[in-house]
Amino acid sequence: MAQFGSLERKKGGGVSELVGWLGRLFLAIAIPLLAFAVIYYGFIWLRDSNAPKWLTAAVAIVWGVGGVAVLYWVFNGLVERLPDEWTERLQPFVFVGPAMAILIWYLALPSVRTFYLSLFGRDGPPDVGFFQTFTSDAFVGFQNYIAVFSERLLTEALRNNLMWIVFGSTLSVALGLVVATLADRSRFERTAKSLIFLPMAISFVGAGVIWNFMYDIRPVGQPQIGLLNAILTSVGASPVAWDKWVAIQPWNNLFLIVIVIWLQAGYAMVLFSAALKGIPEEILEASRVDGATEIQIFTRIMIPYIMGTIITVWTTVVIFTLKIFDVVWVMTGGQFGTHVIATQFYRQSFTARNSGYGSAIAIVLLVTVIPVMIYNLRQFRQQEAF
Amino acid sequence: MKRSWFSILAVLLVLSMVLAACGATEAPPEATTAPEAEPTQAEPSGPVAEVGFAVMPGGFLERALAGEFSGTEVTVDGPFTNPDDIRFNESMAAFEEATGINVNYIGDKTFESRITISVDAGDPPDIADFPQPGAAATFARRGHIIDPTTWIPQDWLDQQYNQSWLDMAMVSGEGGEIITGGVWHRFNGKSLVWYPKDDWDAAGYEIPVTWDELMALTQQIADDGDTAWCIGIGSDAATGWPATDWTEETMLRTTSLENYDAWVAGTLPFDSPEVKNAIEAWSEIWFNDAYVYGGRDAIVSTFFGDAPTPLFEDPPQCWLHKQGNFITGFFPETAEAGVDYDFFYLPPIDDQYGKPFLVAGDMMSMFNDRPEVRALMEYFTTPQSASGWLQNGGALAAHLTATPDLYGVDLERGIAELVTEATSFRFDGSDLMPAEVGSGAFWTGMVDYVSGTADLDTVLAEIDAAWPR
Amino acid sequence: MKKRKWTGPLFINGVLALLVIIWSIPTIGLFVSSFRTRFDIQTSGWWNILPHREWQTVSTVNPQELGLDPDGVMEVEGVTGTFEELREGVQSPEGDTRVTWLGNKRLGRIEVQERVWTVTWDFSLDNYKQVLLGASVEITNPDGSVEAAPGQDMSQAFLNSVAVSIPSTLIPILIAAFAAYGFAWMAFPGRRLLFILVVGLLVVPLQIALVPILRDYNSLGLNGTFLAVWLAHTGFGLALATYLLFNYVSTLPRETLESAFIDGASHFTVFTRLVLPLSVPALASFAIFQFLWVWNDYLVALTFLGVDPTYKVLTQRLADLTGTFGNQWHLLTAGAFVTMILPLVVFFALQRYFVRGLLAGSVKG
Repeated sequence: MAQFGSLERKKGGGVSELVGWLGRLFLAIAIPLLAFAVIYYGFIWLRDSNAPKWLTAAVAIVWGVGGVAVLYWVFNGLVERLPDEWTERLQPFVFVGPAMAILIWYLALPSVRTFYLSLFGRDGPPDVGFFQTFTSDAFVGFQNYIAVFSERLLTEALRNNLMWIVFGSTLSVALGLVVATLADRSRFERTAKSLIFLPMAISFVGAGVIWNFMYDIRPVGQPQIGLLNAILTSVGASPVAWDKWVAIQPWNNLFLIVIVIWLQAGYAMVLFSAALKGIPEEILEASRVDGATEIQIFTRIMIPYIMGTIITVWTTVVIFTLKIFDVVWVMTGGQFGTHVIATQFYRQSFTARNSGYGSAIAIVLLVTVIPVMIYNLRQFRQQEAF
Repeated sequence: MKRSWFSILAVLLVLSMVLAACGATEAPPEATTAPEAEPTQAEPSGPVAEVGFAVMPGGFLERALAGEFSGTEVTVDGPFTNPDDIRFNESMAAFEEATGINVNYIGDKTFESRITISVDAGDPPDIADFPQPGAAATFARRGHIIDPTTWIPQDWLDQQYNQSWLDMAMVSGEGGEIITGGVWHRFNGKSLVWYPKDDWDAAGYEIPVTWDELMALTQQIADDGDTAWCIGIGSDAATGWPATDWTEETMLRTTSLENYDAWVAGTLPFDSPEVKNAIEAWSEIWFNDAYVYGGRDAIVSTFFGDAPTPLFEDPPQCWLHKQGNFITGFFPETAEAGVDYDFFYLPPIDDQYGKPFLVAGDMMSMFNDRPEVRALMEYFTTPQSASGWLQNGGALAAHLTATPDLYGVDLERGIAELVTEATSFRFDGSDLMPAEVGSGAFWTGMVDYVSGTADLDTVLAEIDAAWPR
Repeated sequence: MKKRKWTGPLFINGVLALLVIIWSIPTIGLFVSSFRTRFDIQTSGWWNILPHREWQTVSTVNPQELGLDPDGVMEVEGVTGTFEELREGVQSPEGDTRVTWLGNKRLGRIEVQERVWTVTWDFSLDNYKQVLLGASVEITNPDGSVEAAPGQDMSQAFLNSVAVSIPSTLIPILIAAFAAYGFAWMAFPGRRLLFILVVGLLVVPLQIALVPILRDYNSLGLNGTFLAVWLAHTGFGLALATYLLFNYVSTLPRETLESAFIDGASHFTVFTRLVLPLSVPALASFAIFQFLWVWNDYLVALTFLGVDPTYKVLTQRLADLTGTFGNQWHLLTAGAFVTMILPLVVFFALQRYFVRGLLAGSVKG
């Protein structure tokens, strides 16, 4: 695209220039009005019409996605029309700005609000002016945080989250990497990857049903309908309750972690697979010609090459497991010593309706991510821009 | 060619799209401000006799019948889904037809968290159906719930409800004053023991009418080689709740109503001898491996809905199952009431406390004050507002005016009779307690106790500690 | 050919096959169960569809007719045992038959059983019918007549899910791709700070945002519109999208971009003509994830689209089907497969973008 600052250079025409300007002015007003009318009535028609639902949906989709694309195109066009130095100054914000605006609206501001709520009692701040709330009875300062770290169930949740990170994220990433590497050199790549990926497509509720068929326990002497207990009883052992097995607490958490590994390995696999495809074939061929074993190729070439991806996948999987909620909620509801931070947060905020305490737990969850942030910041420093 | 005006056009285009997006979404219909609670002595119009339900004189329902609010809509949110949503819509048909007001039920099972979110966000439903009045108490305390007695006269309520029901609707308002949190709609009987009738008769067992007879029967069944009871308290996140029901049953049977009320209100602590005694009463059955199908260990891991299944095996693997009448929804589809299964009243333990009956029900609470919402609230004070359930089974009407002929199903009619025979009845205590306890510490405590991870004293102390004070 | 050691195809395919089998067993269990009735699901394991040996009753004896005393040691059908032993089942000395007492001492019967090979091959499409066509409910009218209220079929919910999912997948990818490029290749003040904010926001549980966002939507009049859900999914998925795409975009070869800039290309041109095409594998992988999450989402749709029956998405319809007390949970078996179809189609459609050489081929030499 050439320079957009060309407007100035064209200055100095006569009547034709004026007509041109008027024409543009007219078009600038008329066409948007027309467009507005078309889109507005289109939207009304969409909403009110008894047109086939699929048509409504299709038009809405085009309207939504197209709208966003046009937005970028227009803003960029505007910025590029500015003098060069302004373009340079503003363009990054055209690229990054919308994302940041949305993130701040949807995540950052609610986080700040949550912190504010965490300083108050169970019914939240009273309905007085912002500054007056701090002098009201409902203001409890950091008491909720003290409670978070002193209540048995919360310390248990923190312990469990640690288990989730240590076992859950490590194994998810490792298995994903193994499958991606193996599949990469197998003739059955697509089939294998599809089958490993399959659990990701299952909703958490569906996954809950699936794993109940694995973990179900029936009284001794009855036919077991859980596969694992059927195996146990067929070799003469007595059935156990797996994820609800209180006797082995806290290790019964591992059986919940297995579920998430089963669900999540596909995630890691897809990303690793894409990264492995990015390794130029020549490099691999060259080292094979040099006589490197497959293991050496894996450890000395592939791993370093996709290190960035490994860190990314690791970071996201650690964060997923920090936030882990659905699986625990569906399988045990946090009973049997399986509460994690997110289930406690949910329970306090939405079941017990203790807004202050629930918010404090959420903030604790946010704070736990700081080490991950620091680590990523160090990685980011190496990235150079133009 | 660089068309500079083109980008301007595009900006306007996008702007217009955004505007269209915002503008096209119609603002919510302007809330008709409710007229001040004028003790309407308006023309007592409306064909009262024809509508098939009682109409409060001088109320909003009367005006609605005159067509005054025709074309308006009232939104009701609640926790029930298939098939109860159909039952509800069925129950509303008479009201909608007579008033022209459209009742829109929008609920589903996430009601508990959704109502918190929507009220906090300032977008509550007009009326919410609370199966746990303890939850309504939170919103009353924060000043979101509108007291229906601001316009419904006390004598009308007295005419429609038993005093016990009215007492159970009392919650603390914003300033700590006691208000009526809503009107009762329908309820479930809890003090019921289900048994496999055909096999029962063949085996020659007798229905016990005292606790001693119940225990003797339990022992008898054990002697005959079976376990008497099927018990399961598994329920995902709510695991443990059937144990709280048992505790309430034995509380009502071993101590006074005053103590029960004090316990529910939080003034009688969990670690008091009364509560401990009540829990130990059912522990005698629960912790005896000869009495419980699968033994004590199976109780925690058995899903409450699967628990009664062995009753229906041939021959039955267990003979007794205590649960509210909703449990019939989990019975095999082929099982027939009165033939394959039947129920009896869980017998009293101590005669001096009479024959108490435990219930759980749904309270309709009002969040938005509009005339048509008031009209619907008035409709809820009549048993016909639950006709869908009365006709088809699934629940009973909480109203004093619910006569046996309103029931279309023998099972529910039988339970309704049991309730009228009861000397007293009380609401499920855990549903009235603050959610921290009633849907939290009480459940988990019972799970810990039953699974043997903690002893009773530890558990009770922990529940007491969880009570918000 | 090159020499192959133990890392040869046999080993690779063997390990892969093992993993795939382990991974598939739970799903197979669900799949089989989805064709079984609720009673079957509750009383026998799904693997009974495989041939297995089972005790089958050949004759029944009434112990009372034989005058047996259940409290003592009994001799019946060639075996002896107490009541307790017979309840467990006593095998004949030859081991080919088993005598079992069923029921208690009052009602019991004695069954003589033989061990036979059997297979439980009793399938029904009922679960799928109910999921797809909706469960019908019987209504008794006041006059006593019974009619069946037909359930609502899935088509509406399916369309709603599609209408929610596609923009909720594409919009965040588009926005995130711009942001990822900005973070990776554009210099601006606050770049590091903003990026670290993105990482930090990854962990924010979306539940804390529900109340404030719903309040904003109320004042904007957005509540209950598709736009509201699209934006919400965009907001909640954007942090991860930006982070993942940044990782990919930042590893693109610097030289390639440099040569484009030397040719006088603007950032916008480089982004749309060079970076986007090169990032297809990353875009495709994120598209799959985001689509799956949105498709299986329950909470966001519930909060912002509302629970109005005409706007319910698939996950909501499915949850409703299981009934107020969850007594129809067995429908989830079929439901899980019905809802899985489209995500898998998307996966297979996008899988073809994960091919080697995309990068090498498109870099201009």
